[in-house]
Amino acid sequence: MSTAAVAAPPRKLRVATTSLAGCFGCHMSFLDIDERLLDLLEFVEFDRSPITDIKHCGPCDIGIIEGGVCNAENVHVLREFRANCKILIAMGACSVNGGLPAQRNNLDLRDILVAVYVTETGLARGTQIPNDPELPLPLNQVHPIHEIVTVDYFLPGCPPSGDAIWKFLTDLLAGHTPHLGHGLIHYD
Amino acid sequence: MSEANTFLLDDIEIPFTPGQSVMQAALSAGVFIPHLCYHPEFRPHGSCKLCTVKINGRPATSCTTPAAAGLEVESNTPEILDKRRTLVQMLLVEGNHFCPSCEKSGHCKLQALGYELGVMTPRFNLLYPTRPVDASHPDVMLDFNRCILCELCIRASTEVDQKFVFALSGRGIKKHLVVNAESGRLADTNFAPTDKAAQVCPVGVILPKRKGFAVPIGERRFDVAPISAHVDEFKPVAAAQGERT
Repeated sequence: MSTAAVAAPPRKLRVATTSLAGCFGCHMSFLDIDERLLDLLEFVEFDRSPITDIKHCGPCDIGIIEGGVCNAENVHVLREFRANCKILIAMGACSVNGGLPAQRNNLDLRDILVAVYVTETGLARGTQIPNDPELPLPLNQVHPIHEIVTVDYFLPGCPPSGDAIWKFLTDLLAGHTPHLGHGLIHYD
Repeated sequence: MSEANTFLLDDIEIPFTPGQSVMQAALSAGVFIPHLCYHPEFRPHGSCKLCTVKINGRPATSCTTPAAAGLEVESNTPEILDKRRTLVQMLLVEGNHFCPSCEKSGHCKLQALGYELGVMTPRFNLLYPTRPVDASHPDVMLDFNRCILCELCIRASTEVDQKFVFALSGRGIKKHLVVNAESGRLADTNFAPTDKAAQVCPVGVILPKRKGFAVPIGERRFDVAPISAHVDEFKPVAAAQGERT
């Protein structure tokens, strides 16, 4: 092997992350990889993410989605990620199966909005169901992201632990299918 | 002739006593075969299909197939593991299995098998069925959202408790667990928390009240060790030997 080939530093993988109908708990868990974040930064750079505050996802190698899809904006962002990311990962219970937000799926959307904004006690006078055109319209049901776009990998957990996220990402960076095994794979 | 009473399970020689099923012989030998509706104290049911193996090249439920000398059984193969994963995924999308809020999390056999088989996604579209909760009984609550129709509570209530508290109603995807009372409420039956039927649910349907988090999340049965390491707990008991439907 020539020394020139060895000397060329590998291009860093570009990673985008976002939270749709999630609580940012998975992103907090991502930060729980602690100082290993510095090791990770040897291999990756961030595109759109709460870490960079970039607003739109550009061409990326890996996209990580926290949260399911509960409104029209979530659908838009998810499709933007899918169009730009070579590998799309569903991270956490909500993106994998709808999670906590999907607990509303057996209730009528209008009934929920009326209960929260109209009939709830202690509301300010004149409170009504928000109807600003800037607000994304809620969907009738919350959906996991694989029902909207093709998803390449799934990382369940509420949230997946920092160790699970680290194992998952390092497996992926090493070029093989992530394998969590007992103790790291969790649905709760 | 006793040395002839063996069969091959994934190329391991498994001894059996006449009357045992393939599942019972495997578990007795310390080899785990995934299962949900099988319980060592009850006659095999053969409905969950998780224990499906290939016997002499043909698929069969190992809990209902009698062990016989010379069988060649495949269990831990990529093809069968893939089918078991699909079965778990179908169960996950048919009910509402929201593990983060479930008291049974860490004790649940469906969840533990998901971990064991590496089920990372429900894969199919989720059905989100509407199933009410029955909290009428003072000591036990029923959360039908998690029912996988294994009929263990029905079998326990009928065969052991002699109370006939539970039954299945409906057909196909509408099949569901019901309580045998005119009101349909558990409080209007003679169900007691000491009943066998209160102890056998593999998932989080039948839950004793006020005990949900006596063991913290993370220190529970299948948090500590994977379900395959609990194989000794599933070994057949004498009463169930030789009783097959």
